[in-house]
Amino acid sequence: MPVAETNPNLYSGSFIIEGGNFNSAGIVSTSIKSTLKKLGIPGDIVRKAAIVSYEAEINVVSYAKKGVVTLTVEPGIVRIEVADEGPGIPNIDLAMQEGYSTADQRIREMGFGAGMGLCNIKNYSDAFHIESEVGKGTRLKMTITTP
Amino acid sequence: MKIEEIVQALGLDVKCAKDCLDREVTGGYTGDLLSDVMGNSKAGYIWITRQVHQNIVAVASLKEHSAIILINSSQPTAETMEKAEAEKIPIMVSDLPAFEISGKIYNLLTAKS
Repeated sequence: MPVAETNPNLYSGSFIIEGGNFNSAGIVSTSIKSTLKKLGIPGDIVRKAAIVSYEAEINVVSYAKKGVVTLTVEPGIVRIEVADEGPGIPNIDLAMQEGYSTADQRIREMGFGAGMGLCNIKNYSDAFHIESEVGKGTRLKMTITTP
Repeated sequence: MKIEEIVQALGLDVKCAKDCLDREVTGGYTGDLLSDVMGNSKAGYIWITRQVHQNIVAVASLKEHSAIILINSSQPTAETMEKAEAEKIPIMVSDLPAFEISGKIYNLLTAKS
């Protein structure tokens, strides 16, 4: 849930994702989407932010113990940062390849883990940065800008 | 074309959000991989899938799909129905496989426009 809120043109808040719980997967992305809508952010930006945050949320749910999403809105810019306490990614280049996945059978049966999530995040962000430390976790930084 | 017209034309079984069938269907997307649907479908689309678990509702809601169609008489889980009702996402069941229902909907949508 949002922890801080300022004027309508500037927003900063954080949201907690519970790892391993597919029943609540999507709740954080839904909150982010409705927050952006309330701030009057244009629809195409909101839709990109929804895709990006949902894929990041699913990654946290699938692989990590916990994740924190920080949403920052400045005039013309939406920033989404996701930091997780997870196993980390040993080879980021490999993880970024479409179709590469380490998901187990249970995750794949639900239609997740097809190796498309990080690609969607990258494709729907205007700027994307990923860093990861094995045994510690992964941090994603996405920026979506108003054209 | 409205969801209601597709329901009537194809004899679909409406499972939930029955009061939301007046929405316009702008197109369709067929798929069971959630990231594929997330990346490639558009707002207003009707989503055809065999996935029945509750995560399909979050995807449809985030993508602003008009409705979800489950194929091969697949039934939504109780949690899926509950979430879909809350998010106002109609879920319909067809006894046809994905290929056939997709083709029929494609024909309806292209004949109308």
